[in-house]
Formats: sequence, structure tokens, C-alpha cells
Amino acid sequence: MSEFKCKDPVALNLWYAISALEEVRQGQIVRSMLLEEPIAYTRDDSGQVRCWAGGDKDSRALPVQERYGYFWTTLGKPTSEIFPIPEHAEADRRNIHAATVGVNVSAPRMVENFLDMGHFPYVHTDILGAEPHTEVKEYFVEVSKERDEILATNCLFWQPMAAAASDGGADVEYVYRVPHPFCSVLYKSSPLDETRMDVIAIFIQPYNQEQVRVHMMLCLLDEENTDTQIRLFQQTIFGQDKPILENQHPKRLPLDPRAETPIRADKSAIAYRRWLSDKGITYGVIPSAA
Amino acid sequence: MLKLYDYELSGNCYKLRLMMSFLGLEHTTEAVDFYPGNQHKSEAFRQINPLGQLPVIDDDGLVLRDAQAILVYLASKYDTSGKWYPCDDPAMLGQISQWLAFADGITATASAARLHDALFYTHIDVDAARSGAHRLFRILDEHLFFAEEIGQTWICPGDHPTIADIACFPYIMLAEEGGVSRMDYPAIRRWCDRFKRIPGFKVMSGVFPAGPAADQSAA
Repeated sequence: MSEFKCKDPVALNLWYAISALEEVRQGQIVRSMLLEEPIAYTRDDSGQVRCWAGGDKDSRALPVQERYGYFWTTLGKPTSEIFPIPEHAEADRRNIHAATVGVNVSAPRMVENFLDMGHFPYVHTDILGAEPHTEVKEYFVEVSKERDEILATNCLFWQPMAAAASDGGADVEYVYRVPHPFCSVLYKSSPLDETRMDVIAIFIQPYNQEQVRVHMMLCLLDEENTDTQIRLFQQTIFGQDKPILENQHPKRLPLDPRAETPIRADKSAIAYRRWLSDKGITYGVIPSAA
Repeated sequence: MLKLYDYELSGNCYKLRLMMSFLGLEHTTEAVDFYPGNQHKSEAFRQINPLGQLPVIDDDGLVLRDAQAILVYLASKYDTSGKWYPCDDPAMLGQISQWLAFADGITATASAARLHDALFYTHIDVDAARSGAHRLFRILDEHLFFAEEIGQTWICPGDHPTIADIACFPYIMLAEEGGVSRMDYPAIRRWCDRFKRIPGFKVMSGVFPAGPAADQSAA
């Protein structure tokens, strides 16, 4: 693996979402970055997505998989499949690519922000939270050995405007999954059907250790709003997080448990940091001193 | 009824949302899928604005583009106080126009760097955009410093903000997203805090309100 600038074999062997399929067009080559390696992609004459490492078309072809409306690739040899999101295949759901946004932050800081509920009333004021409803109630966190993912359940939060389809404040239940070191999937109560949940996923493509681009996928029950309204709602939320993310220091996530002082609401973040440590991830983090 | 063609994350659209909020102007909004939909470049939208840019307003059939032009129009037509754009004061109008053009320069630099970093406008020379933004920020910071020295609160003279302040504010606030820090511009940062306390101020994604503690001390 010494040919790569990224020296983290775990990170090299992961699958990464690179682009929404609808944005990969015939006759147009798009250049991007993955783990500091220049990559490029296009759609060939037969309609297949092609992706390669390096600048020129005769460079090394990379594997391509299409999943959840994006194409995924890897620089290494993945030891597992792309994680499942079964809801994406449910016929009555709206699967929407909300946006791909560049953020000057490390991938793990981005994941932690996605897991955090404590910031809702302060950063997403009057949408995902509002004072004085600031309490993060006790929730459960487990690491599933079998699926190798983190699961946070029974997360409850009072939200004034939980989704584009909401018509007022409600106690909203969240479930969070971290099935990939740099991807997370959240489930939240659907405003339309109390027995089901909306799905929002972020797939992070690290440019390098401190800059990423984030692909946001929605898988919703919503019969009212247009795609544009749904996208813009999500982008409004994301635009509020962005300056917070970009002002975190250090940019890389410290894995030493003593480096940053957690509170009870950070239970899922603590589990995430430990999980990254156990995996031996060194990319985008400050590993704890052995 | 006044209609704004709007995109939440656009600083230029935010200028008009601010103006309408300061004036308490009722209006409707048509959300445009600027990103990733690129709807402002569509054939249908080019019928409204051939330049394919946001924002645009439609005020009972009068269609106007360009944030600065629309600020001039809204303030001239709807500001009964006459303070945001004092039409009868040539010296003020000259200075306001000067800073409106300056605001366009901020868009061409600080906003361009933000589009490069966040939305992959890869054709932009981001280093040139950033250094251009710093050059403008240095000039505005000095201007605001010396204005403060003579008791002037806003970009232009007088005791009331003008559309020059509105035009300059958004992309200064959003500059960090393009890697342009305000750290070295203390007079700009003080002006930003004063701006956030103008009655009717509202935020956009990426802009946060002034803190309550400082609010009390200002009162």
C-alpha cells in the first residue's frame, strides 16, 4: 500500500460514495479526490459509470458499485460489502439526493456532529430544537459485533420542525447507525406515519485528513413536498452545521478519551471514538497514545 | 404582491431577505433549486433572468435582477423613513453606490472562494479569490476603524445603517466557508455584531445571531 499518500490500510480498504448517479454524465469527465489521490469519473457510451485513479484515462481503473443513488469505489481491497440500508428499496419512499457539499473538516468530526443531538436548539434553532427544550434524555448505545456497527437507540428530542413535512412541534425519536467509519445513517419518526421512520444518510468522501465532501441521501415518506423543497430543507440544516464543523479544533478527531471532556449526551460519540480506535483507524484522527 | 426568487444558502438572496425583514415587507418566495439542481441556469429561469443568476424579484410585473439594484429599488420604494437609501442626499448616494460596487467585489472574491470550497466551482482560482477578499477586508476594516474614531457606526455617515451595510454583510459573514478568516479585522467584526442587532435582523444558514450577553451590554 506504500504507493498511496494515505498510510491507513483500514481507510484504504473501505468503499466510498463519490457522486450521485444523476450527476455522472456522458461526455463529461469530473475530477475529484479520494484520500489524497486524484480520481476522475465519467459515464461511458454504454451508460456505465467509469472511475479511475490518477489524472489520465489510461490510469488504473477503479471498481465501481452503484448503491443508494450513488456510485462507490475503493482504492484498496474491501473486506466487506457496502452496508445495507433496506429502506432504500421500499416502494413508497422518496429517495432523494439532497446535495454534495465540500466541508473543511475531518470525516470523523463530521460523523460526530451527525450523531450529536445536544446542538439542535442552539445551531438549528426553531427547526430541530428550541430553548428551553435542551435536554438530551438518556439513550442506549451498543456496538453490534455481528454487523460491526454502532447503534444508538431510544434517542428522544423535542423538535419544532422535524422535517419539511412537519406541521408543528413534536417529540421525535431518533435511531443512529454508524455502519462505516465515515458514513452514518439516522432514522427519525416520520411526521406522516408513526409506525415508520424517515432515513437520512451521510456518505463522506475524504479528500484528505481535514477536508471532505459529504453526500447527503434522503429516503423519506413525504407525499406533499417537491424534491426541491425537501432538498432545500436539508441544505438549510446542513448550512447551519457547516461553520460549526469548520471551526472545530483540532480538525482531526482525538481518540484519546482524555483529550476532550465528554458529557452524558456524548455517549454515542464515546462509543464511536472507541470503535475507531479498536479498528485501528489513523486517518482524520489523532490516535490515542498507546 | 412582491415575489422573491430565492435560494437559502445564497448570500445575495440573503441581502434581500434582510432588507424585506428590516422594512417589514410582505412577500412571497419561490425557492429555486440552485444546487444541485442548477435550476437558475435552466431555459425556464433564463426567461426570467437571461444571466441565469439569483436573486430576482417580481414586484407586480416589474422584474429586477442583481442584489444591489434590488436593494436600491426596495429601499427607494418601500422605506418610508428614507434612511436606508436617502434619495435626496447626493453625497450619501455617491458613497452608498461606492460601497455597493465594493460589495460586488466581495461577491467576486469571498463568495467565489466559498463556492469553490463548498460547491466545487473548480474553475475558480481560489488563491486569487482569497487574497482578493483579504485586500477588500483590509480596506473595509480600516474604513470602519476610522469611522468608529469619529463616532460613525455604519459604513456610510449618519446614525442609521444604509443598504451599503446590507450589501457588504452576507459574504463577509460567510467568508470563513471559503477559507477567509475575519480574525485580522477587528473593526469588521465589531461592525458585524452591531449589524446583527439592527431591529428586524434575521439569520441565514451559516450566520448566527449576536450572543445574548453582548446584547444586554449594548442595550
